[in-house]
Amino acid sequence: MRTRQDGTSVAPGSAATALIDCDVHSTVPRVEALFPYLPPHWIEHVNQSVFKGAGTTYYPPRAPITARPGSIPPDGPAGSSLDLLREQVLDPLGVEIAVVNCLYAIDSLHNPEAAVAFARAVNDWQIAEWLERDTRLRASIVVPSQLPELAAQEIARVGDHPGFVQVLLPVRSQHPYGSRLFRPMWEAIAEHHLVAGIHFGGAPGNPPFPSGWPSYYFEEYAGMAQVFQSQLASIISEGVFDLFPTARIALLESGFTWLPAFMWRFDKEWRNLRRLVPWVKRAPSEYIREYVRLTIQPLDAPAEWRDMERTIEQIGGDHMLLFATDYPHLHTHDPLDTLLPHLPDALAQRIRSENARELYGLV
Amino acid sequence: MARHVVGRVEEIPPGGRKIITVAGRSIGIFNVHGEFFALRNRCPHQGGPLCEGLLWGMLHARVPGELEYTRAGEILTCAWHGWEFDIRTGQSWCDPERLRVRRYDVHVEPGDTLAADTPVPGKVPGPYIAETYPVVAEGQYLVIEVTS
Amino acid sequence: MATTLERTTRQARTKPAIIDCDIHNELDSERDLYPFLSDRWRTHLMTYGMHGPSGAIYPRFTNRRADAFPPSGREAGSECAFTSVQLLDEWNIACGILNPLTGAGSQLNPEFDAALATAVNDWQVAEWLDKEPRLRASIILPFEHADLAVAEIERRARDPRFVQVQFTGRPREPMGRRKYWPIYEACATHGLAVMSHAFGSGGQPITGCGWPSFYIEDHVGPSQSMQANLISLVVEGVFERFPTLRVVSAENGFAWVPSLMWRLDNTFDLLRDETPHLTRRPSEYIRDHVWFCTQPVEEPHRPEDLRWLMEQVGIDHLIFASDYAHWDWDAPDTAIPARLGDDVRRKIYYDNALALYGDRLMG
Repeated sequence: MRTRQDGTSVAPGSAATALIDCDVHSTVPRVEALFPYLPPHWIEHVNQSVFKGAGTTYYPPRAPITARPGSIPPDGPAGSSLDLLREQVLDPLGVEIAVVNCLYAIDSLHNPEAAVAFARAVNDWQIAEWLERDTRLRASIVVPSQLPELAAQEIARVGDHPGFVQVLLPVRSQHPYGSRLFRPMWEAIAEHHLVAGIHFGGAPGNPPFPSGWPSYYFEEYAGMAQVFQSQLASIISEGVFDLFPTARIALLESGFTWLPAFMWRFDKEWRNLRRLVPWVKRAPSEYIREYVRLTIQPLDAPAEWRDMERTIEQIGGDHMLLFATDYPHLHTHDPLDTLLPHLPDALAQRIRSENARELYGLV
Repeated sequence: MARHVVGRVEEIPPGGRKIITVAGRSIGIFNVHGEFFALRNRCPHQGGPLCEGLLWGMLHARVPGELEYTRAGEILTCAWHGWEFDIRTGQSWCDPERLRVRRYDVHVEPGDTLAADTPVPGKVPGPYIAETYPVVAEGQYLVIEVTS
Repeated sequence: MATTLERTTRQARTKPAIIDCDIHNELDSERDLYPFLSDRWRTHLMTYGMHGPSGAIYPRFTNRRADAFPPSGREAGSECAFTSVQLLDEWNIACGILNPLTGAGSQLNPEFDAALATAVNDWQVAEWLDKEPRLRASIILPFEHADLAVAEIERRARDPRFVQVQFTGRPREPMGRRKYWPIYEACATHGLAVMSHAFGSGGQPITGCGWPSFYIEDHVGPSQSMQANLISLVVEGVFERFPTLRVVSAENGFAWVPSLMWRLDNTFDLLRDETPHLTRRPSEYIRDHVWFCTQPVEEPHRPEDLRWLMEQVGIDHLIFASDYAHWDWDAPDTAIPARLGDDVRRKIYYDNALALYGDRLMG
């Protein structure tokens, strides 16, 4: 039996092909869990002051979407138990490989000493508590992305560990990731053959909207898609892929139905304005189709299935989408029910595993 | 193929241009560093007056920060949306194979070969259509070839 | 430059009448406003000049249509008589709506901002509306200060040639926030639409991830910032509170609208308990309350997707706009391709704007 994200059960399908889950979450259960990996002065600081480390997720801590039914273990927050991940996702879905993304908010730590120490601790915790405990897992390196030189150092420190396949970059940032400020970080990502995984959320301090802070989390959630669009505009306009042709981007928890409209507009602007960025030698949509992949959760589904079909055609190419559950978060649709069964087999299979295998070089 | 006399050479100094109507078509004639070029004055994008746009150099870059600037004055941008066209070929920068503007050959010819349809040894005779320009033997004229 | 300039004149033919919902009337310089300012504020303008939040200045190659500068040497779009000939006569525009972008509305000094907005509106009446009966205008407001803005609305509302109020693309707070509600109340009372025009910063960057580096990113940006405005207007309940309010999006394109509605509806299914003030699905508010100026018309990779896209947005809510005399304008005859059929074209070019603005347009 397989468990849906809403807790109900469903019999496994007959087409049991390989499944690679590109977005599951590990949550640091409490700051003490990082103590084995923190230097003594930070342990002392945490023990004796109000500072208890960064937030453990970008989601509202108690919202239903933060924890799908049954995902909260007795001794910590949703996402903090490898046993539950196995029980709810890896085993019942027959997941071959899952990429773990820890959303510990390193980007909210403006103190660079703290940002570096906690990033190192989280990465060492991921190695010891997750990667070394289940061979099906891969993980993303958390970095102080607000300090690109220091992010590059952390990538250099752990980037050759075979379990790390990606660098996790929160989509909300103080500066767009194409900016030349980030060049050391991109160099390190390219040098270590890692994917840049840009993920929903972020705690950079600046507002998520171009007109300031919204009132409701509803707005932040819906509006995050636009921040992904802005990051893509930046990364392509700044020539990141011209500088680092081996770089690849995974957009995680981004939605994907917005992509065609964004490509049409960006291509149009490129024809008008490409003189401003002459290193961008082809239409932006060509860069996107070569270098960018997107996960299918959340689905942002239209009311009519034929409009989803058309949208997937407009994205162009069977190689663009990656399967993800986004466990333990809850979204409106479970793509195993509402997307994959309706797609042609060849495309469904690519989304289930082959696209991720190519992107992350998984064997 | 009709040959049209469209003006005297000195009317279009280097860096200058003249927009004329020939056989019902608006055409821009440019003098770029002493060479003459002619393009249809209608952008294949939205029909804008292409030849009223600015001329720029060609800007290339392999990667950001390594700008290579060449061919000053040879890239015509549409007066409306700035799409770039190579003044030598009429090809667009963004889609050179499929999106191009019609170009025409421009010749500089002495008046005595044009005046009164005088046959000249070694040259195919007229018709040379002098639309608005009284041609005199002493001058140098711009002649473009337009398929009717 | 050209030694002679014989303007291309299109073949005279019967052209269907058009309503153009975004025409820019420009100041040649701030001096154009001196006759409409009191001594106190004229002196202020002469002594200090305009002062808004600092933003970004991008190298951009082009600013106006290169063929739109009047023979007098004044700024393109700054002479009513030239606009009448080059735009209204040339394209058989029966009625056009002026949107001056002057810096009024964005001044940090509230009293000065209000005086400037009043001056711009008086200038519109004297130099444009009184001279050209085919023109209508947007009321310029000190919209960051609702009390001052409402006073300006009361001053103009009885002149039917003002059809709407103008917001910039990025106010200092998302457009649904309650600081703007008194403005919406006044608009609902007087039957004025609320229009948000692309660009113009209240001080925030155009992305949710900081300032981009290049004008091409800035020029892709309005489609993201308008999405943020719409998310805010819908989710914060503005259309619940003001059920007759009409909102117009100008110069943001429209290809992004369908996927935004899908995402909002999916989010509504997930997070509706956070916003119990919403009684309908988000897409229903957008379909009933929001109209979209077409410019810049996105160009789908497959031309047949344009019709589908327009149907998804709602063909009755698309209104033609040229954006004359800016460089990125849409030519009235080619912007909406003929293959869409006379029926669709007549709606977009004429009927929809008439239905939206009603008597203020043609009364």
